Amino acid sequence: MMPLGDILPEITVIVTAVAILLFATFAPQRLQWIGAPIALCGLGCAAFLCGLQIGSERLTFTGSWALDAASIWGRLLILGATAFVVVMSPDWFERDRRHGEYYAILLFSALGAMAMAGAADMLQLVIGALLSSATGYVLAAYHRDWALSVEAGMKFFLIGALANTSLMLGAIMMVGMLGDTGFTGMSAALASGKPSPVLLLGTVLVMVGLSYKLGAAPAHAWMPDVAEGAPAPSAAFLTVVPKIGAAIMLARLVSLFPLDTAAIRPLVAALALITMTIGNLAALWQDDLRRMLGWSSVSQSGYALMAISVVGLSPAAMPALIIFLLGYSTANLATFAAITHLRGRTDRADFSGLVSSRPLEAIAIIIGLLSLVGIPPLIGFVGKLELFLATIEGGYTWLAVAAVANTVASLFYYLRFIAPMVFAKSSSVPATLGAWSGAAMVSGPIAIVLLGLLVNVILAPLIGTELLPS
Amino acid sequence: MALAISLMSGLLFLCALAWPADYKGRARQYYAWFLFLQGVSLGLFLTLDLLVFYVFFDLSLVGMYFLIGRWGHGDAEYAALKFFIYTLAGSLAILLAILGLVLANDTLTFDMRELIAAQPLQGVDVRSSLVLLGFLVGFAIKTPLVPFHTWLPLAHVEAPGPASAILAGVLLKMGTYGIVRIPFSMMRETFAAYALPLAIVALMSILWGAIVALGQTNLKRRIAYTSVNHMGYTVLGIAAAGAAIGGDAARTLALNGAITEMVAHGLITGALFLMAGSFWQRTGTYELSAYGGLARVAPKLMIGFFLAAFASFGLPALAGFVAEFQIFAGTFAIYPWLAAIGLIGILITAALFLSMLQKIFFGDLVDQRQGFADLNRTEVGFLALLLVLVVLIGIYPGWLLTMIETGSAFLPLQGTEG
Repeated sequence: MMPLGDILPEITVIVTAVAILLFATFAPQRLQWIGAPIALCGLGCAAFLCGLQIGSERLTFTGSWALDAASIWGRLLILGATAFVVVMSPDWFERDRRHGEYYAILLFSALGAMAMAGAADMLQLVIGALLSSATGYVLAAYHRDWALSVEAGMKFFLIGALANTSLMLGAIMMVGMLGDTGFTGMSAALASGKPSPVLLLGTVLVMVGLSYKLGAAPAHAWMPDVAEGAPAPSAAFLTVVPKIGAAIMLARLVSLFPLDTAAIRPLVAALALITMTIGNLAALWQDDLRRMLGWSSVSQSGYALMAISVVGLSPAAMPALIIFLLGYSTANLATFAAITHLRGRTDRADFSGLVSSRPLEAIAIIIGLLSLVGIPPLIGFVGKLELFLATIEGGYTWLAVAAVANTVASLFYYLRFIAPMVFAKSSSVPATLGAWSGAAMVSGPIAIVLLGLLVNVILAPLIGTELLPS
Repeated sequence: MALAISLMSGLLFLCALAWPADYKGRARQYYAWFLFLQGVSLGLFLTLDLLVFYVFFDLSLVGMYFLIGRWGHGDAEYAALKFFIYTLAGSLAILLAILGLVLANDTLTFDMRELIAAQPLQGVDVRSSLVLLGFLVGFAIKTPLVPFHTWLPLAHVEAPGPASAILAGVLLKMGTYGIVRIPFSMMRETFAAYALPLAIVALMSILWGAIVALGQTNLKRRIAYTSVNHMGYTVLGIAAAGAAIGGDAARTLALNGAITEMVAHGLITGALFLMAGSFWQRTGTYELSAYGGLARVAPKLMIGFFLAAFASFGLPALAGFVAEFQIFAGTFAIYPWLAAIGLIGILITAALFLSMLQKIFFGDLVDQRQGFADLNRTEVGFLALLLVLVVLIGIYPGWLLTMIETGSAFLPLQGTEG
């Protein structure tokens, strides 16, 4: 008898997605928006079911699915982020002929990310990554008639094809060398045997594949194009949700390796450094807010990699990763929600004087950006604090110092967008979308502040938990 | 110590709020940011938790960034940006140092009292040296000490007068307060080992600040550089007090002097910057060459400015003297040569203030200053409040010293040998 109860959240998501697909096929254009409330109900139920699992720490489905703090909180985060994107969407896609289907694809993509977050098996990992990618291409190129959107989708697809091939090859090599697809067996084989070159090559190839989902070097190049060209809700989704799944996945993979053999952690640390630096340098002089956010997302992936590089070295690594992902997701989504509400305007000059013409939207963007920098008491600060703590404790002080230097540099480009909003004169009052996107826009900054103040509620149960299998 | 500095900050905020300024049509936001900054500053001085300290430290940057950027003049945006980035770099260095210090402790706590009692890092190994370096660099940027001072003149010149007063009077104190509260108290042994280099950096600030100030032709830049000079005195006093050589009496004297200097500098420079703001309100320029002979049209302004300037370079019977006397008396017992060279700084400060006073108030009245209005009633009232305290500390410093000493008892100076 399969323990179906353990994957009830996933089942709920897939059933909801199918229901939306059926509904969208038969509903007239003016009713397509009802897909959004259906999706929200489904996500809510899934989150509730997922919440019931809090506290469990075991493997299920013959060791291929992990139910531990990282998996549960990561999936909750994915569900929450997806719900937020759903709220952003109805106004944006109002006139789109395929409006209703959008929510179904969002849910399928979220399912892929959830499968990655919970995977404790190499094949499960590959399936999750592929599901998340295949739906991602559609989300990025959703505006078929708009060149920029198609270009974003195309770039996403080409890099994705390459990265996923690498992931598959690497997975095959790893499974072949270790003789098991389950993480428990792989971990045992790693602990006993000497690492062979093929195994290391396989690991590196898998990391390249995951770096694509994570938006980290070396497969990060799609990030700015998707952030700029994809429909704004898709951009918000694709810069956040796959990243959560991939980060937890990679952390679990790294945790399999014993501390003394195979220099996998220094490799991740080097990737972290390269990723955050590339992202920051490229973001410095961008004049397009969404493109800048794309590059800043790359550098934020680098920060997330910091926590992954000390997995197993510091007990604070896993809580730091979750809290950081929470902070990053909230801030990035809040900023994109404000941009969506402003009808996707993105040129730096268009934001001049926004504080006086559209104060709420401007404050949302400013709070979002400051949280990305890590200004207290916003949630982004707690994330960075935990990251630094874990990195120093894990013995990678140089990485923390590099991250500090990068944070200072990042302040520059965030302020480059904040300054004209606050200090310049506005010429006109920009148009906005409707009530849905407005609700998302308002709730974003509130969430950033509240989460920052109440973070202990989430942090406390995380402390002391380990990644499975361990 | 915390009480004295918070009282001074509260008073200075009161005056800065009441001081007339150019609101640029956004009076509500202006006052809101000021009150935000006041809350943050008081919180910083009064908290006993390292993490809360850091939170307030960072928030003060945000508040000041918007005050300078929105209500400043000239190239305010650039000045605000430079200020924010520079000091954020400093505060992140502090964050890393805080984490390094806290992780060295057995239990994960951010409680200042526990950390002071535990002294988690001792000796001069690589780790404690790096942590100390993080703290000192971070606080030196905020204080600011040479060579980290370059954000200061720009931020001061472009900020509105009352914001400059707060920046100099309160925000700079966060740096020196932080040094006393954290590395000085929590890692005494390491601090003692590096007290001499710190004292030398402080000496450089004293001299460099004074000499560069002498060369400025802009009223506000000149006052801004004297801040570098004065904060140099403060740090010199702290370094002397932290050194493990010399008697307890001398070290207590130096520390008391440093804290008195923080209070005195807040009051005096606050008053000077507020008055500089009045100059701008009336004429729109800070260039010294645009002024002359104001004694005839603005006698009240002249009296206030003279008093504050005299206090600033340490004329006896005024607050600056009490502070500087104690610092130098204490330092002489510990680093006699440094103290002797430091005295040159006072000489230069005197020269630069006197020449500035001469230029502004004496000589022939410049034509376009015929209609220069004297200080109005509000300005006189609040200025008097600050300057009366300056005089009071000058002639009867006992009450302030008692307050500081009661507070310093909390800093267990007797803990180290010597």
